[in-house]
Amino acid sequence: MSRTASLYHSTVGKKVLMAVTGLILFLFVIGHMLGNLKVFEGPESFNQYAEFLRTMGYPLIPRYGLIWVGRIFLLAAVGVHVYSAWQLWVRSRLARAEGYRKVKDLSFSYASRTMRWGGVLILLFVVYHILHLTTGQAHPDFVPGDVYRNFIVGFSNPLVVGFYVVAQVALGLHLYHGVWSMTQTLGASHPKYDRWRRSTSGALAIVVVVGFVIPPVAVLLGLLS
Amino acid sequence: MRLTLHVWRQAGRDDTGSFETYQADGISESMSFLDMLDLVNEELAQEGKEPIAFDHDCREGICGSCGVMIDGVPHGPKSMTTACQVHMRSFKDGDEIWVEPWRATSFPVIRDLVVDRSPFDRIIEAGGYISVRTGSVPDANTTPISKGAVETAMDAAVCIGCGACVAACPNASAMLFTASKVAHLALLPQGQPERYDRVLKMVDVHDEEGFGNCTNHGACEVACPKGISVDYIAQLNRDLVRATLSFRPEKGTAE
Ligand code: HEM
Ligand code: FES
Repeated sequence: MSRTASLYHSTVGKKVLMAVTGLILFLFVIGHMLGNLKVFEGPESFNQYAEFLRTMGYPLIPRYGLIWVGRIFLLAAVGVHVYSAWQLWVRSRLARAEGYRKVKDLSFSYASRTMRWGGVLILLFVVYHILHLTTGQAHPDFVPGDVYRNFIVGFSNPLVVGFYVVAQVALGLHLYHGVWSMTQTLGASHPKYDRWRRSTSGALAIVVVVGFVIPPVAVLLGLLS
Repeated sequence: MRLTLHVWRQAGRDDTGSFETYQADGISESMSFLDMLDLVNEELAQEGKEPIAFDHDCREGICGSCGVMIDGVPHGPKSMTTACQVHMRSFKDGDEIWVEPWRATSFPVIRDLVVDRSPFDRIIEAGGYISVRTGSVPDANTTPISKGAVETAMDAAVCIGCGACVAACPNASAMLFTASKVAHLALLPQGQPERYDRVLKMVDVHDEEGFGNCTNHGACEVACPKGISVDYIAQLNRDLVRATLSFRPEKGTAE
């Protein structure tokens, strides 16, 4: 077997795939979060930004060209990430077919224990989120193209905002363990920086959660309309 | 002190096994956990019953033979301490204690609390050594090694192979064991010629033996009686990726 194939077949190789796709998704999430904050610049600016995303590279590249490239790329990353997580989950269950009668979980954090189910929650949220604000099927009054209006109307329901906040907290926990775990999996460790790895991933997770939660909560509080 | 013990009893590999409850009376604080089991066994023997089988050898925390789940924690409540070095003063009179063998599909129970840890031997056989000519003892200081490297290598080399990392890991992964063996040789000049082949082969055998995958939970580090850090797992991962990406000939690497 070639080395690359043997890496893929090893448990570490599957983790490397998860780490690389996790990094891609993490970078997307940061970009998405920063983009959302443009909502505070007002309807015109926000809609313009959304239009820019759809027409990047136009006229050289057709409308929706680049955005579809990005979507397919992200979808592939999610696919690989979730499939590897599933494979490793199955493997771990087989590795301890018979459990303990009494066991104390010594894991570092709540976040590490909830990676798998938390990931499932994030996946469900992403499906809902796309139906809500991209395609509109889960939106009470969707107007294609008027992103700002869809945003305000979409978040005027406290239940919807509540679900978004819960999902963001789940994402934050996933990233608190995930970003640290990624440095571990990719071997990005160094005795000089090892004590900073955890706190840095915690700080990044908080930035993501706070950044995502601000706009919907602002709508609910009437700061945006 | 008087304790209630719930101990896993299993007559052999194919037996289903179950918990038995015993009263341990007249336990002194200065006994070790294994001394306490010895006392229970003496009583069992007097009653003509089968004594509880458990692994032990040095009883001073260096051989790695002992090791059972004591109340849900590998090697019991005292951190950085093997079961043979846990003293009964860590428990209170009247305590109820669950005693179970390591649970991992790769570590089948042989009898009662004794599990088959030979998968560890096979991981070592795959590459946990250096190939050198034997002969006369080399002169001192022929291979200078910096103090930092020696200390980091030693912090990994303290692994006694007890299996607590596997027992504690929610995935039953043996990555901390494998990583400590890979890292301690990778950090020393003597380990360099076989460095990348070693990590490929050892991880291969780790996976073949059916251990789970490491999800960086860190339970192993907490459970390790020698306090080995999961940072060594990062080093193993780095070496494995490097070994995969390197352009050196593939001959002699993992099949
Ligand atoms: C916005 C979406 C997501 C981001 C940014 C993300 C990011 C990450 C990162 C950076 C890691 C660390 C990889 C490593 O351990 O080296 C990770 C691990 C993990 N992710 Fe995700 N992820 C996302 C979505 C999901 C989804 C949808 C699932 C599952 C349905 C999932 C399941 C997991 C699991 C189980 C792990 C732990 C892997 C392991 O340690 O074995 N993630 N994620
Ligand atoms: S008996 Fe040797 S380490 Fe406990």
